[in-house]
Amino acid sequence: MLSRQLSPGALRKAASLPAFGSKNALRSPRALAVRNASTASSSTAFESFLNSRITLVSVSLFTAGSVAWYTHLYGSLPFLAQVHASHASDEGLHPPQYPWSHKGVLDTFDHASIRRGYQVYREVCAACHSLDRIAWRNLVGVSHTVDEVKAMAEEVEYQDGPDDAGEMFMRPGKLADYMPPPYANEEAARAGNMGALPPDLSLIVKARHGGADYIFALLTGYVDAPAGVEIREGMNYNPFFPGGAIGMARVLFDGLVEYEDGTPATTSQMAKDVVTFLNWASEPEHDERKKNGIKAVILFSALTLISLYVKRFKWTPIKNRKILYDPPADKTH
Amino acid sequence: MSLSTTLYNTFFRRNSIFVGSIFAGAFVFGIGFDSGVTAFYDRWNKGKQWKDIRHKYVEAAEEE
Repeated sequence: MLSRQLSPGALRKAASLPAFGSKNALRSPRALAVRNASTASSSTAFESFLNSRITLVSVSLFTAGSVAWYTHLYGSLPFLAQVHASHASDEGLHPPQYPWSHKGVLDTFDHASIRRGYQVYREVCAACHSLDRIAWRNLVGVSHTVDEVKAMAEEVEYQDGPDDAGEMFMRPGKLADYMPPPYANEEAARAGNMGALPPDLSLIVKARHGGADYIFALLTGYVDAPAGVEIREGMNYNPFFPGGAIGMARVLFDGLVEYEDGTPATTSQMAKDVVTFLNWASEPEHDERKKNGIKAVILFSALTLISLYVKRFKWTPIKNRKILYDPPADKTH
Repeated sequence: MSLSTTLYNTFFRRNSIFVGSIFAGAFVFGIGFDSGVTAFYDRWNKGKQWKDIRHKYVEAAEEE
């Protein structure tokens, strides 16, 4: 390199040039001071470009930025091989994003879908899964009329009491009663399902990564285990379930329920309806929340605009003032 | 009489009128804003909410 032949002082002078590539820099005496006989002027410009501090800083920033971008994109540092003890399938397949009818920030639930989803829950899921936090009254005005819900609640016997004799007794359900659980307690649920506890579905959409997308993908994602994957007796393979082996078997098959509104009961239709119902069960406040969100956005943006205007209004005289100095007239002579 | 004078004499001259008009204005604005947002929300979500499908099931119950 040429730079080796130059004294450190000359290099420093070249590096401290105001701007590499500018014509003034080339013609300035400092640039001439580091030029020797074997060097063309363009080489000097290149030299000063290489040695400039700006070049050093920008190349360092570019390198650090590239490494950071790569790490962000691929999750590991470039050119460093990594070995993991776990396999990616242990995390479960990521569910695709589905176009839910309530996905947008202004969209309510599709209540006809909630009604169908309740039917699927009642006829299929409720055989194993409880829905502890939903009472009969919660369905009123959401998916059923009050008379329908009363009739449904009365079909279930609840224990009440004690009566005058101190005895517990059974009575038909009321609107205020909660959904009846399929098993008396957790131990009974485990015993009935070979040790696997069917989780309560009240908050299941909030409780799982991926939410509604995950549950839909899980319900419709049962496939045969691929070669090399061993599933124990009584377990089932589902790529969306972390680990792949799930205690619940595929339950939704085409035509399993008969919808009262004539919707074809395909597997994906039932899964979509029951997931919409479970999403409502997790977020009963959903529709009202989104309506309040619209109001809040409108009001707060109006208030922001007003406060910005008031600030400018109040500051106008201060920003526009001019200070004039009127020197006192010299009257001594 | 200019507009500002009318405005002053109507709303700002007496504090009771001033405060009262603020309260009344807030009340009226609250109702109007609420019904406006609700109208937009219902039109945006036409056919999805319970009040849109309720009539199917209420009529069925009355026929029984």
